[in-house]
Amino acid sequence: MTRRTLLNKLALLINGVAALLVGIPLVGFIFAPAVDKAKNQWISLGKLDEFTVGQTKLAQYMNPYLVPWDGETAKVPCWVRRIDEKTFQVFAINCAHLGCPVKWFAESELFMCPCHGGVYYADGSRASGPPPRGLFEYEYRVENGNLEVRGGRLPTLQESV
Amino acid sequence: MLNPLRQIKKVSDWVNERMQLQSSIGPLMSHRVPLRARWFYVFGSATLTCFLMQILTGILLATVYVPSAGEAYQSLEHLNYVQPLGWYLRALHNFFGNAMVFMLICHLLQVVIFAAYKYPRELTWVFGCILFICVLAMAFTGQVLRWDQDAYWGLGIGASMAGRVPLIGPYLVHLMLGGPIIGGETLSRFFALHVFVLPLTIAGTIFVHVMLVLKNGISDPPKAGTLVNPKTEREEYEKRISGDEGTTFFPTPIARDAIFSGGLVIVVALLAAMLGPAGPNGIPDPTIIDTSPKPDIWFMSVFSSLALLPPAIETFLILTAPVVLVLALFAVPFMSNSGERHISKRPVAALTLIFIILVYVVLTVLGYQSPWSPKMQAWSSDETPIQFIEGRTPLELAGAVTFQYKQCRNCHQLGGIGGQRGPELDTIATRKTTPELIRQAVQGGGNMPTYGHNLSPEELNAVVAFLATLHPENQPQAQTADKSLNPAD
Repeated sequence: MTRRTLLNKLALLINGVAALLVGIPLVGFIFAPAVDKAKNQWISLGKLDEFTVGQTKLAQYMNPYLVPWDGETAKVPCWVRRIDEKTFQVFAINCAHLGCPVKWFAESELFMCPCHGGVYYADGSRASGPPPRGLFEYEYRVENGNLEVRGGRLPTLQESV
Repeated sequence: MLNPLRQIKKVSDWVNERMQLQSSIGPLMSHRVPLRARWFYVFGSATLTCFLMQILTGILLATVYVPSAGEAYQSLEHLNYVQPLGWYLRALHNFFGNAMVFMLICHLLQVVIFAAYKYPRELTWVFGCILFICVLAMAFTGQVLRWDQDAYWGLGIGASMAGRVPLIGPYLVHLMLGGPIIGGETLSRFFALHVFVLPLTIAGTIFVHVMLVLKNGISDPPKAGTLVNPKTEREEYEKRISGDEGTTFFPTPIARDAIFSGGLVIVVALLAAMLGPAGPNGIPDPTIIDTSPKPDIWFMSVFSSLALLPPAIETFLILTAPVVLVLALFAVPFMSNSGERHISKRPVAALTLIFIILVYVVLTVLGYQSPWSPKMQAWSSDETPIQFIEGRTPLELAGAVTFQYKQCRNCHQLGGIGGQRGPELDTIATRKTTPELIRQAVQGGGNMPTYGHNLSPEELNAVVAFLATLHPENQPQAQTADKSLNPAD
């Protein structure tokens, strides 16, 4: 082995190690939010008596993963349907098609989406339009007179709220 | 006496001797370019001019804009209304951005029509494609930095599409948003892309693209019957361009570039001054759900496609179409890099081009009309034209009210007003008998929800009575066949 080939190989080796040493943590940094799976927490939507039996109402909570500079975007809206004293349905605001905010029309008892025309019935099931499924539903529980849901994630087809 | 001209010459000679400018700028100015089709060659330099203006206005915007989810919107409002000339800066950045995409499309069309991508310019095309994709990415990320309601829900649409990728979908969503939901880290990610990653990539790619243009020369205007043969093309080109079919870049062609770019800057500056900045449209508060998010013009066709794709193959197309389109774009010179260049001898290329342009324009126009969406305010704000209520009975009038009140109008037009999701009902009675109207209202069908469970019998009775009046004066309501066959009934 001549000195030249030795030096060339050494240059490759040292720079390869250097690239890995710096590159791995940098790539890890970029991908951290993807791997860091969110642990959904119980969040209160308010006192039970804020929700009238037989009605569907817009509620909101603060995203549990908020950072101080989230501003208005830390708020997350959802639709709460109170069926009777103990039974609720809490729907994500996001249309199951592509995530636009659905709006409740109490008179015709339909959720309508302004983007691509998805429509849902009062129980969240798909009525018409492009959505491939009904509205995403939160897990809920009643705790100390509060309605609580597990959430904080943007629901998509393979990962509900 | 000092002769000022001689002094300038002395200084420039001194600089030139040290920087060796004649060997770098000299060849640039004296390289031969085609003589014919003069004004077709100005779009590339115009795109570059827009890019330089974007860097300039972008840096100035960065002196005020705050890339924080909590403050971005306020800083844009501050630019619009408080900081002197901030509105103009935002308008310039928006219009130069749109001009950049538009000029790039013109440049691309010129290259396709001239088949300039054929041998030896295949790689020039490839780097041009990278630029095209990066510029579209700039347009998308720029729209996100506007951080208004359109940006917020646009991100939701992007994330929902990413979420459909098999297996890794949810991870992609979190990667794109910088977390499980849209928030502070989302804006910062897109800021880094828009301000550092993409501009640097564009600058580097422009360097290679222009270097290749200089090395291979500018493709001359095609003549029908003159074929590209990779074995002889370089020689032939050299022969054509060094003869009377070519000229030096300086002084005439460069002047054409400068005139077009300068004119473009003037037009854009005037447009920006007259039309002002775009948005921001509504604070990015997701609890304000009375919003109808729309993307910027370049992505409107995607928005339309997502409404019109058949649900059964939608996910498949969302995942494959972008990949196929991008691969097809890159593959153009590799499918045909020799032979005819004149568009009249390339019918497949010509028809494909016309087809793509038509589809793109039609989908864009449809996007602005959005006939597939319920019109959210129609039920409470759209008037009922007089001819549909004049002379009606109280029951029919009650039906007209119920028709509004139950949001039927959000999807059905009367007299050309209202939503267009469902059919217009001006003459529905000529097509449907009363039993058919009842069935349709109760059971829905087609793309209509069922109303059976939220129309009381009285409401149903009234609505159907109203709908049964919707026929022209001289055309009776539809009747079942058995009735007309048995007049005795």
